[in-house]
Amino acid sequence: MITIDTVSKKYGKAEVLNIDALEIPTGQSFGLVGNNGAGKTTLFNILLDLIRPTTGAIVTNDISVHKSEAWKNFTGSFIDESFLISYLTPEEYFQFIGDLRGMNKTDVTSFLSQFEEFFNEEVLAKKKYLRDLSKGNQKKAGIVAAMMGNPQVVVLDEPFANLDPTTQIRLKKILKTLTTDKDVTVLVSSHDLSHVTEVCERIVVLDKGVVVKDIVTSKETLQELERYFAV
Amino acid sequence: MISHFLKLEWKQFFRSASFGKSIALKILMGFFALYFILSFFAIGVGVYYILKKQLPDSDPLQVVNSFLLYAILADLIFRYFMQKLPVMKIKPLLNIPIKKNSLVNYVLGKSAFSAFNILGLFFYIPFAIVLIIEGYHTTGVLGWLFTMILTIQSVNFLNFLINKSNAAFASILVLLGSLIALHQFDVYNIASVGGQLFDAVYSTPILSLVSLLILVVLYQLNYKQLRARVYLDEGILEEVAEAKSVDLSWADRLGDLAPFIKNDIRLIWRNKRTKTVFLMSFLFLFYGLIFFTQKTFREMPAMLMFASLFITGGFALNYGQFIPAWDSAHYKLLMSQSFSYRKFLESKWVLMVSMTGLLYLLSFPYLYFGTEIFLIITAGAAFNIGFNSLFLLYAGSFNRKRIDLTKGGFGNTQGTSATQFLVVVPLMIFPMLLFWVFNKFVGYNSGFFVVAAIGVLGLILKNYFMNFIEKKYIRDKYAMINAFGKEA
Repeated sequence: MITIDTVSKKYGKAEVLNIDALEIPTGQSFGLVGNNGAGKTTLFNILLDLIRPTTGAIVTNDISVHKSEAWKNFTGSFIDESFLISYLTPEEYFQFIGDLRGMNKTDVTSFLSQFEEFFNEEVLAKKKYLRDLSKGNQKKAGIVAAMMGNPQVVVLDEPFANLDPTTQIRLKKILKTLTTDKDVTVLVSSHDLSHVTEVCERIVVLDKGVVVKDIVTSKETLQELERYFAV
Repeated sequence: MISHFLKLEWKQFFRSASFGKSIALKILMGFFALYFILSFFAIGVGVYYILKKQLPDSDPLQVVNSFLLYAILADLIFRYFMQKLPVMKIKPLLNIPIKKNSLVNYVLGKSAFSAFNILGLFFYIPFAIVLIIEGYHTTGVLGWLFTMILTIQSVNFLNFLINKSNAAFASILVLLGSLIALHQFDVYNIASVGGQLFDAVYSTPILSLVSLLILVVLYQLNYKQLRARVYLDEGILEEVAEAKSVDLSWADRLGDLAPFIKNDIRLIWRNKRTKTVFLMSFLFLFYGLIFFTQKTFREMPAMLMFASLFITGGFALNYGQFIPAWDSAHYKLLMSQSFSYRKFLESKWVLMVSMTGLLYLLSFPYLYFGTEIFLIITAGAAFNIGFNSLFLLYAGSFNRKRIDLTKGGFGNTQGTSATQFLVVVPLMIFPMLLFWVFNKFVGYNSGFFVVAAIGVLGLILKNYFMNFIEKKYIRDKYAMINAFGKEA
């Protein structure tokens, strides 16, 4: 599904990312961990063609993201608040994204009804603009918007941060259903090792832009990761 | 303690985003400030002699005094709109071991030095010096000056007390209005009573202690009010407005453009700065009244062209020059969604053109000034629609400054760079020059014709130019994402 081929990114002399080869098959739940500055967000930004790599290319579904824009039709993403339109209400925001993804009003309403539990009555019909919602509720809106329009790839940067424990558990359930039932490829980054090990079948550890571990998740993975990071 | 606060102020000033503004902007702002200071200073020095000459029978000080009450009320109204107590700034200090009393005193004390209080001094001090030179009692003048300085400070603190209440503001407006009315109709001249008060201060300087008393009382009231509200959920909290959704389904007829148009309408209406731009564009409609009513301008066709471009172009010019920076906060989102860039640009174009069209319809009353004037306005509208709208889109691809929509509207220069100054040349000077040249050397009607023809030509070749503009935006995509991602 996604092939990362000798992708590197340099700012001046500083190299922030250097990945030789990484292959993410369809339907895999892929976790990215690493300390601050490891290059997680940079990799996601390159995948979404928001940053140009210094060398190499990312090919998703046979489309080189830098050359064609066709990947946008099947990729949903939420990286940070700049993916929200602050002056819209959540409903208007979902409708805007829905419009761009070819969903009409009924489609959007029925889509959102699946997430009633996830929203926990804190997002919809609150008569508030996105800018006035709490960080956690903003995140809920962004994550749900990333899943609109039946994407084949979903990219979420730090989805668990700022969420309350109940919502974290619900999000894990949602992400698992995505990969098992719908064969969606999910890419998640997180600082919380237990969350990623729970959600992801495969975990890649980045350190200063380089892949240092590539693990198929097992019972021992959490301990292994904790040992690695306990320096 | 005070020195800590002063250090913070110093850093805040020199590290603020506005300090990093382009040099051209700084110079421009500097000029404005200097202009006001010099004007006040010049009036302060000159007013004595002017009054002496114009009204030789009356005492200039008494004349000035009789207007002071109005000046003070006007000052209060001006401050009501422009001056806010900077309470938000102390939020990060709340959890640090500093007594809340000193925080409150600091915020209030700091406001005493605001520019609003300084500017007036540039009038009162030179005026007082002139009075002394002209042989008024030194003690009397100093007492008067002292009273004025204290009055300015009192107005400063009174403003903070009434600032939250619309009722208080309305009553001040009514008070000022009725005072002027009473004066106009010679019923009761309160201004002269006010004048007598200030005259009395001059003759018995000890009375200036009364204004000191007023200031102390107002300060205490402010102190009490603020001290009770130094909590996160009180004064320091920013108000959250209830979201109002208006049905915009009529825009669905625009097909593919509809989501963007709807989004733009909400953008304009729900953010202070864009709303100011929108409402100001209707004020620009009246721009022509300045030019068309004066004989000197009526003989300068290029200036008439200038006015006409503004009449219909107020929105296109002010909104268009910051495309696509209005969307800078969510630019990454737009760039990761599946739509053609063309749609995004088209929607901006439709917005500018339809607003120009609307303003053109509203400009019909200018027919009163004759068909010639109206033809110039029509030519200007055609130029705005055909040429300026496209050119602004193109110029927008050079915008690299983020705009934070949550920041205030009036006088906000965020997002301004050299681009905004450079675009004026083709937008305004080019049609003026064209009009002037054809008007002068070919004949009067050819001027309208050429300017309008360029607009029509732009409209005909729109698709060609749009392709070109779209390519430019796509080419600059990464630079824009990078620049818009940085804090403004």
